[in-house]
Amino acid sequence: MIAASPESSSVATDPIEGAAAIVFRGTETRKRALSQGTSERIMGVVAPIGVFALWELLADTHLIDTRFFPAPSSIVGTFGTLIANGQLGANTLISLERLFWGFLLGAIPALVIGLTMGLYRPVRTLVEPLILGTYPVPKSAILPLILLIFGLGEPSKIVMVAIGVFYPVVINTVSGVLQIPKMYLDVGHNFGASRWNMFTTIALPGALPFIMTGIKLGAGMGLILIAIAEMIGAQSGLGYMIWNAWQILSVNTMYVGLIMIAILGFVLTLAINEIERLLIPSRQDR
Amino acid sequence: MIAAQAAPAKIRFESVGKTFEIRSGPFVAVDGINLDIAAGSFFVIVGPSGCGKTTLLRMAAGLETPTTGTITIGRDRSDRPGNSMIFQGDSIFPWMTVYDNAAYGLRMRNAPAREIDEVVGHYLSRTGLTKFAKAYPHQLSGGMKQRVSIARAFANDPEVLLMDEPFSALDEQNKTLLQEELLRIWEETKKTVLFITHSVDEAVTLGDKIMVMTAQPGRAKAIIDVPFPRPRKVLELRATPEYGELVYNIWGQLRDEVLAAKAGEAADAAGALR
Repeated sequence: MIAASPESSSVATDPIEGAAAIVFRGTETRKRALSQGTSERIMGVVAPIGVFALWELLADTHLIDTRFFPAPSSIVGTFGTLIANGQLGANTLISLERLFWGFLLGAIPALVIGLTMGLYRPVRTLVEPLILGTYPVPKSAILPLILLIFGLGEPSKIVMVAIGVFYPVVINTVSGVLQIPKMYLDVGHNFGASRWNMFTTIALPGALPFIMTGIKLGAGMGLILIAIAEMIGAQSGLGYMIWNAWQILSVNTMYVGLIMIAILGFVLTLAINEIERLLIPSRQDR
Repeated sequence: MIAAQAAPAKIRFESVGKTFEIRSGPFVAVDGINLDIAAGSFFVIVGPSGCGKTTLLRMAAGLETPTTGTITIGRDRSDRPGNSMIFQGDSIFPWMTVYDNAAYGLRMRNAPAREIDEVVGHYLSRTGLTKFAKAYPHQLSGGMKQRVSIARAFANDPEVLLMDEPFSALDEQNKTLLQEELLRIWEETKKTVLFITHSVDEAVTLGDKIMVMTAQPGRAKAIIDVPFPRPRKVLELRATPEYGELVYNIWGQLRDEVLAAKAGEAADAAGALR
């Protein structure tokens, strides 16, 4: 005989026709799980708000040095000013433009080279050492060379972003093609796919999930490099804004620049996720 | 040489052999296959696993080149592809809808859009997939996926159809259903089929002729006629005593080969241990 009180357990005994039976009762865990999700979401917001509140408090009471850590409320004020006078908008726009062109300049060759390397072994054995050999060089260390070659104008910034985007995209594209089951390539050959069709109907869509990962990593790298490139050889852009703020000791402007770059990164990730969702419909309801 | 009776040969194997170079030296997968497959017939090759039957099929598909001999596929129309294969396991593209998968062959040879619509629509309906035209493979069961593969091959309208154990990954119920559907669709088109299987039951259910292959190296051991009339009903056919007798006979031929294949594996294992 299993004895259990119905309140505390889902298993209880019930006398049916004189014999003991084990009965499973549904417990209402769903409601609890829902409220747990909500409370986790609230907690996710509580921590940053708490930090800001503490920061504000410490700044207002001058317990921390406001020359380095200006009160969040004053940063918000500067944010408003920089939006109003158009500086923030102009600098953000120019950075975005450089990111965009650099992205195209890096991602398109990376895709073409990556797909070719994935499909053709001789190309892979030839090109792979070049890519893996140059990959570990810190991209920021190439900046002086890039400035030397491309000058202080737009091209040097665009090339810096392109270099940052190129590596993760090409490396992920190659692995993406290599993980496509060989049977799909057999199907392509058997159904008369041309060389071009092997690229467009098998290699590219088959590798797409990997390519999107490469693009996400590349976008992050591009954001890092555009900030660095604009700090050294530019008269505009968010990187320049931050660097210039340091030179004139306008700490508030520096924070605005940092926040803006963070927002840019966040929005970029959301946008790429949305593009991924549209490009890979077969993964939508997985 | 096994000659065809009335109908002309559609697929002809002439002393076809395939040797792979592996680490321990040359490995003879297929040896001296001479075979004529009559136009419009359903020809099944049955053999123990590892007997080279898949290699034979892949050579007919042009996915492997024979080391010796030639394979000829007769062409009725020059605008038709030589062969289409139904592969073993999941071979439909997960990034394409059911419709796009079924239309793949026609698209690859730039068939006019109206023809694609018509032909693909027909075979999707014949395989019961019309409702799933816009679905993606991950939304389908294993049996449904294999139906897409069947639709894709038939829609491509090839000279011959090659099938590599297409139902081996399915459960018994689905296997029987798909065998019946395949027979129904095939009986409408009467295309020449070369079908590979390790299942004697499947061979007798589907085939007009069955070739039993020897264990490694793969050679032709016997060719057996299947006298059952068409159209066939799978379950009714299996209930007849003639069916059981034929399966029993072929099993007799095959048993030695299966045992030989096993002995070979055991010898290899012993060699590896030594």
